[in-house]
Amino acid sequence: MQITGARMVIEAFIAEGVDTVFGYPGGAIMNVYDEIYKQSGFTHILNRHEQASIHAAEGYAKASGKVGVAMITSGPGFTNAVTGLADAYMDSVPLVVVSGQVPMSLIGTDGFQEIDAVGISRPCTKHNYLVTDAADLPRVLKEAFYIARSGRPGPVHVDIPKDVTAQIAEFNYDVELDLETYKPHTKGNPRQIVKVMEAIAKAKRPLFYLGGGIINAKAAYEVRDLVHKTGIPAVETLMARGVLSFDDELLISMLGMHGSYAANMAMSETDLVIGLGVRFDDRVTGKLSEFAKNADVIHVDIDPASISKLVNADFPIVGDVKNVVNEMIEQSGHINPDKYESWRETISHFDELHPLTFHEDTDRLKPQWVVKRVGELLGDSANISTDVGQHQMWVAQFYPFTRPNQWITSGGLGTMGFGFPAAIGVKTACPDKISINFTGDGSILMNVQELMTAVERKIPVINIILNNNFLGMVRQWQTLFYDKRHSQTDLSVQPDFVKLSEAFGGIGYRVTTKEEFDFALKDAVEKNIVTFIEVVVERFENVMPMVPSGGSLFNMMLLEKKETK
Amino acid sequence: MTENSERRVVSVIVVNEASVLSRITNLFSGRGYNITSLTVAPIPDSKYSRLTIVTSGSVRVIEQITKQLHKLIPVLRVYEHADLVEKEMALVKFPITENLSDVNTLCEAYNGKIVNVGENVVIAMVIDEPKRIDNFLAVIKRYNPKEIVRSGAVALER
Repeated sequence: MQITGARMVIEAFIAEGVDTVFGYPGGAIMNVYDEIYKQSGFTHILNRHEQASIHAAEGYAKASGKVGVAMITSGPGFTNAVTGLADAYMDSVPLVVVSGQVPMSLIGTDGFQEIDAVGISRPCTKHNYLVTDAADLPRVLKEAFYIARSGRPGPVHVDIPKDVTAQIAEFNYDVELDLETYKPHTKGNPRQIVKVMEAIAKAKRPLFYLGGGIINAKAAYEVRDLVHKTGIPAVETLMARGVLSFDDELLISMLGMHGSYAANMAMSETDLVIGLGVRFDDRVTGKLSEFAKNADVIHVDIDPASISKLVNADFPIVGDVKNVVNEMIEQSGHINPDKYESWRETISHFDELHPLTFHEDTDRLKPQWVVKRVGELLGDSANISTDVGQHQMWVAQFYPFTRPNQWITSGGLGTMGFGFPAAIGVKTACPDKISINFTGDGSILMNVQELMTAVERKIPVINIILNNNFLGMVRQWQTLFYDKRHSQTDLSVQPDFVKLSEAFGGIGYRVTTKEEFDFALKDAVEKNIVTFIEVVVERFENVMPMVPSGGSLFNMMLLEKKETK
Repeated sequence: MTENSERRVVSVIVVNEASVLSRITNLFSGRGYNITSLTVAPIPDSKYSRLTIVTSGSVRVIEQITKQLHKLIPVLRVYEHADLVEKEMALVKFPITENLSDVNTLCEAYNGKIVNVGENVVIAMVIDEPKRIDNFLAVIKRYNPKEIVRSGAVALER
């Protein structure tokens, strides 16, 4: 059929099964917005800033496992979205982002709202396109969705000049993709898998090192199966929270800079690292030369470039982690879980020596208590988003995650302002779950305008603001490493968060006691509209344990031991 | 990164489309890799182009370069050459007042000759391995070259 480029975008979205688009209109994308007005195949949610549109699409993608879709205009619309693209790229989030561009005749003339969008998005997307002919649009959009979701997922950006959206051309979406240069390798080498299983059978102190790639590959339940069949203990990265349930006996905890003592010690003592969908991020490994020093390394990943990038893999396997883990399960018959009993005991001793905990030693609420309390009250019934900083680490440490895709956070890029819009996307994808956003008094102000989106579209995100009147994580580093010079991190001057939420039409609570918190959370869940719960917490609480930047995992700063009251 | 940094030649076969070159060069600059030289031209009777990139780095860095290049969507193949034939061209402009028979003899020793003669200058061309081009350019200094241009290396696996 002969239709306009603008209409093609709509038809392609519908053909891809898109049900929600997050976006913000503007001059160069108006033709497409006109078609959005005329259609009923999907919902459009108007965020109040383009960055929030991308984060919302990310939240949607991370919670649903589908491709998130966002639409923005040229120039400032696009540049506002760049942080979101970079965030999605770092965390391998499948997105298709369509942006308007000035008409072809104006490209290169410094036209109004013109910016070299594909030039900017190139290093922070998996791939991008500048479409110069409407006849190319069906193929480009189909490729965009395919590239976004296949292999190692990531954001794909499609930039469309305004005149191309007005151009009429033939639309046929039912075409075979011919991507000769892009063929992700999904099946692991069978001989290598045999070798890996032999290595596992020989190892005395093997350790699963589980990463976010497992969530992307929708392989969490297969991994649970493999872990249980082998009886090998596991550590999770920040991005892998929820792969194993919090109460799984074989789950040690999160490892890395703010990982538990037992998790980091297990990684330091293991003789065989079994890395699944991980990338040996510096926040995980600490000092590289001391990382898992006595161990051979198995590394399964869909991205060959992740393998042996930082830590040499003795057993590299390129492939989809789901396929590979299924193969491993089939060949796990000769592995006797009892063999690792003393290794599991060693790890239990580590955990008894320095458990992941905190002290309730002040009159003020402890942020960790708040996280645990939400876990007790809501547990599995909530999806949990966060912003970035201390609160993020406390949630990663203390929330009782029970399932994959329950935990939505900005890991690689560490984007403050991610949480609230992401939680909007999460709630859109999973309306039956409560959508909680843990945030800080610094982060929440970085996309606070999303109150308007949430009120308008009746998206009842509950924002729990752990307010310590500090840019807490930076303050912690200043306290520890900069001789307590708290440069520009004191956030004593603040808005009235309750009134702020109310001004937009949401509700707000300010709580200082446990009773007040319980009431506020229950009341907010019941009222079912967008909420700020400002929790006044201990100002100088540090995230512990901590591996100082560049230090070795086994050299942690630990929580000071105190007599229990 | 400088641990045992060695010179390597990498050939990249890419779809011949707009912006593909900037994808490649962006990757090098963004990840802190070096480009010593880069040549690119379409492969006859195909939709592909061939880039020859001379770079340097440790074994690990070179491995990353080839993997990261391969990760780019329009990249078909990446060859990191071990056993290769490598050639480079240089054009040099000499004042016509220099001893041209000397210049010509030197050029011949490097697979070259004088290819253009003008009123005031002659242009000589040589084609040889990049190392030998270095030698040639060192030797001809005494003939007061006015301008030198090198093509960058091209290479084929033996």
